[in-house]
Amino acid sequence: MDLRRPNRPVIGPKVRQVGFVTPDSAAATSSSSIPAVSAAAATSAGSPPSSLSPVMIPPPRHPSTEMSNPHFHPVGSYNPSEQILGSPPALSPSRSSRFDADGSDFGGDDDESVALSGVGGGMTPKSSLLMRQPVTKTAPLVSETRKRDSNASKGKGEGPSAAPKEKLTKAERRATQEAQRAAKAAAKEAAAAGGAPSVSKQPKPATKPATQQKKDIPSGSGPLQPLAPSGSIEKKQGKKEVAAPHPRMQFDDMTKVGKLKKRAVVNQSEARNRVELFRHLPQYEHGTQLPDLESKFFQLDLIHPSVYQVGLQFLSDKISGGNARCIAMLLAFKEVIQDYTTPPEKTLTRDLGAKVGSCVSFLIECRPLSVSMGNAIRFLKNRISSLPHNLSDKEAKSRLQSDIDRFINEKIIIASKAIVEHGVSKIRDGDVLLTYGSPSVVESIFAYAHGIKKNFRVVVVDSRPKHEGQGLLRRLVERGIHCTYTHLNAVSYVMHEVTRVFLGASSVLSNGTVYSRVGTACVAMVAHAFRVPVLVCCEAYKFHERVQLDSICSNELGDPDAISKVSGRKDLNYLDGWAQNENIQLLNLKYDATPSDYVSVLVTEQGMLPPTSVPVIIREYGIERLWT
Amino acid sequence: MDPPMDFQVVVLAGGTSDKLSPLVSKELPKALLPVANKPLLSYPLELLEASNLKNIIVVVEGDEAATQVESWLSVAYMDRLNVEVVKTPGDVGTVGAIRAVAPFLISTDILIVSGDLVSDTSPGAIAATHRRHGAAVTALFCPAPVSGGADSSTSGGKDKAKKPSRCNIVGLDPTRQFLLHVVSGAKVEKDIHIQKRIVRAVGQMEIRSDFMDAHVYAFKRTVLLDVLEKENLYSIKQDVLPYLVRTQLRSEISAKKENSADESSNGATKELPSEDININSAVPSNQNLRWLSQHREIAPSSYQEIHISDCDMNKSRPAKKTHKCCIYLSGKTQYCARLNSVQAFGDINRDMLGEASRITGYTFSAQNNVVHPTVVQGAKTTAGGQCIIAEGTILGDKCSVKRSVIGRHCRIGSNVKIVNSIVMNHITIEDNCTIQGSVISSNVQIQERASLKDCQVGAGYVITAGSEYKSEPLTKK
Repeated sequence: MDLRRPNRPVIGPKVRQVGFVTPDSAAATSSSSIPAVSAAAATSAGSPPSSLSPVMIPPPRHPSTEMSNPHFHPVGSYNPSEQILGSPPALSPSRSSRFDADGSDFGGDDDESVALSGVGGGMTPKSSLLMRQPVTKTAPLVSETRKRDSNASKGKGEGPSAAPKEKLTKAERRATQEAQRAAKAAAKEAAAAGGAPSVSKQPKPATKPATQQKKDIPSGSGPLQPLAPSGSIEKKQGKKEVAAPHPRMQFDDMTKVGKLKKRAVVNQSEARNRVELFRHLPQYEHGTQLPDLESKFFQLDLIHPSVYQVGLQFLSDKISGGNARCIAMLLAFKEVIQDYTTPPEKTLTRDLGAKVGSCVSFLIECRPLSVSMGNAIRFLKNRISSLPHNLSDKEAKSRLQSDIDRFINEKIIIASKAIVEHGVSKIRDGDVLLTYGSPSVVESIFAYAHGIKKNFRVVVVDSRPKHEGQGLLRRLVERGIHCTYTHLNAVSYVMHEVTRVFLGASSVLSNGTVYSRVGTACVAMVAHAFRVPVLVCCEAYKFHERVQLDSICSNELGDPDAISKVSGRKDLNYLDGWAQNENIQLLNLKYDATPSDYVSVLVTEQGMLPPTSVPVIIREYGIERLWT
Repeated sequence: MDPPMDFQVVVLAGGTSDKLSPLVSKELPKALLPVANKPLLSYPLELLEASNLKNIIVVVEGDEAATQVESWLSVAYMDRLNVEVVKTPGDVGTVGAIRAVAPFLISTDILIVSGDLVSDTSPGAIAATHRRHGAAVTALFCPAPVSGGADSSTSGGKDKAKKPSRCNIVGLDPTRQFLLHVVSGAKVEKDIHIQKRIVRAVGQMEIRSDFMDAHVYAFKRTVLLDVLEKENLYSIKQDVLPYLVRTQLRSEISAKKENSADESSNGATKELPSEDININSAVPSNQNLRWLSQHREIAPSSYQEIHISDCDMNKSRPAKKTHKCCIYLSGKTQYCARLNSVQAFGDINRDMLGEASRITGYTFSAQNNVVHPTVVQGAKTTAGGQCIIAEGTILGDKCSVKRSVIGRHCRIGSNVKIVNSIVMNHITIEDNCTIQGSVISSNVQIQERASLKDCQVGAGYVITAGSEYKSEPLTKK
């Protein structure tokens, strides 16, 4: 579990530069990194070989002259990317030429192996198609990495649980007792059903929860404990209130999933072939949710129509993007508040809070919340609970509505205008600007810059399966901006001519990690390798105090079918019916995390900041602080 | 009580349809025509009830029909549904019917259901699709029925000629979510004229003629009321829907109303404090906000997106107004049919006995039939599969009933064969009659040794002994 823990202090932030390091920066840091590396070599030499980083350099990459180098092995095995891309000149005289060779190979398997190492880069596995049976030579390494990563991520989940194991509080004890009781009941049920207790995968997802629940309890009692207090609180609040699932609920815990399912509005069946590493994330059979939810349209009296509409639009991806989703949600909540009347013998602050909570949990079922939405909800709940008690319903409602308006206006609209102002100052005549996907703020920056007659060119980098960039491209071309359109796999080719990279973000975490549309990290790294400044544009309301080192522990899974289908090509149907195949699992990740090392500057409404200043913004201008 | 999800439901029950003569008469309006021994109107009402829609407005043509429907409703659904019957003068068309109820319409969206719909397609799904797209109108289309199936061959002779006139021509976008072109049955000409502008916007259009308009529409109320102000409209299917589809990219009707609707739905609190917005010249107005939340809508077909961006981009020129016309296609497993002809009446009755028996709500016995316990059967009488025999009916000896519906309190003599037929209530059939593929209305008397094949017999008719009829409508003079 703690494989990489002891290594941590050794890997300084400089050495951790996994991925693409520009030749010059590598040369600059080479002198400083040598002692660190040798220290690492010393520690790793003492430990058994199994504790070494599982990522080895594929042998064909390295000329035999290097293999003879006595220093090479421990260093290389310790931090392969350093070796590949930015090894100090002292070790290999032919460094620069080798870098070129690697540089031309960006999109290739080199990229993949680096990404998979995941030591500090926080990259996601770029390969979205994972085969269970290793076929290629590098596959054993890959699978080993996975295992280790999954161990690590599991370890994270169990970390807190291990400590309080000796000291059980009352609530925890009750929770374990209940879990055991549930297990017994489940066992009885399984026996009554006459099914042999199968440990292997159950073919029908419907019967899954029962058997898996039983299977999970012995080992699952550990992870259950830390969550137990919240569970008992839920119970106290009564069944009526639909509590939202914990934002980082572990969806591989069958007991929790079962509980969640019971009170779920949307009848979802879970996808069957899921990638092992991402089992903790919710993934449902896409295509079953929408018809089910639609047919129940009139049955769900408790959910306000506008919330329902927004939920449907989230589910069908009609509204996407952090700002758009947040605004849509807030407008829907405004209508909820508009139509709200306090039931007799209840107080507005408590009842409305519960009502908003149930709306939120419905929206979560439709699609996991973005960080921006989470912050907005926190703000709204905060405002509701801090309403003075002596207000009349009408006053309270109008106050809340104007609060929402203020939030939308100040935190989103004016903020993006301020970002546009700041961002435009970084565009000079003759610039070639690259963007990835379709970030709304970046689009407004380009539009504004074009409006004030700046002369520049835009490269729109896009990726499958959503092709969001095409919409951006169309809008930019309609404005008369000169554009180039390319896909992510050509980014290293097109990066030569780029002078600035503008990226959007779903969130910026307090360690400076940029959490954004999958592929952003790749673009940022390539830009970094080419010494092109990367400007990440993000409103401050999307900042979050969470720290995230990789994109595995918290992410969102999209429709796996989307990547197996090629739009406009119905003849490419090799992956049809993949769900039936045990040996194939599709992974459609929606987000990735870009380490702060690759971000030159964050453009926010507070000005242009280094990514390290995010905690300051959260502390000084945090949502709670500003509004209470 | 608030309508659920801000939807109001209007059921157009019609009056005494000419198409259904001689089955329908002043005494028996179309809405009360028994289908599998249940009044026709009960099918849409139960469908709506299953979707938790309990407040329903029923529009009936003609005074007498309205009284009859009302009295039936008050007995059958007294404690279950809150039904309001509105009567209109005869022959005003569906648009006229909607005009009659226009003062009652208050909710954001209106669901209009035809009273002759027999289906198990969830109205919620249509409503949800409507909401999801924010459409002006959403129509339910279902695969056109394949004329009755194999066993209707006896009665299906004449519908071959009818078939082409019933079909619609429908143009869909590649994702089958938007309705781009519609020509309904009567107006189909040899050439199809398609607007270039729509095709250019959508890129690709799929033209189908095997879909049928099921007469279930979800309308935005503002759009609907706007359309109603126009003069020369008669039918929703033939006039209103094609009109809305035709003008979807240059919408005139929704131009003024939509804005006001948006404003009112936003609670009119959208006046932003002006001191906050001096950063840029553009004032974040209401439209701007909507734009922000919608401009990144990834429209399944890109054509709406083009126009959304179109009207936002060039603020200088008058923004183009568009509205969306959506379509909901019922699935293959779902049953969906409209009872709008004698032929359809026979087909639907047969379907109720066979493939779509789930809709009737009867539980079929082991012999795959429904025989009420009060039915008296004579010696050697057999009721075959796919039969429904209602209460109080007396069957004589050696009778044979196959694939037929027999209503209440009929008296059937001995050695009578009834195949593929619908026999309504209070009918007397004397000995040795043969009835094939026919529809017998209530209170008909059929005397000895009569033989009927593919006939429709109007109410109260007396068929004399020994007569033979083939493919004839028979009505009392």
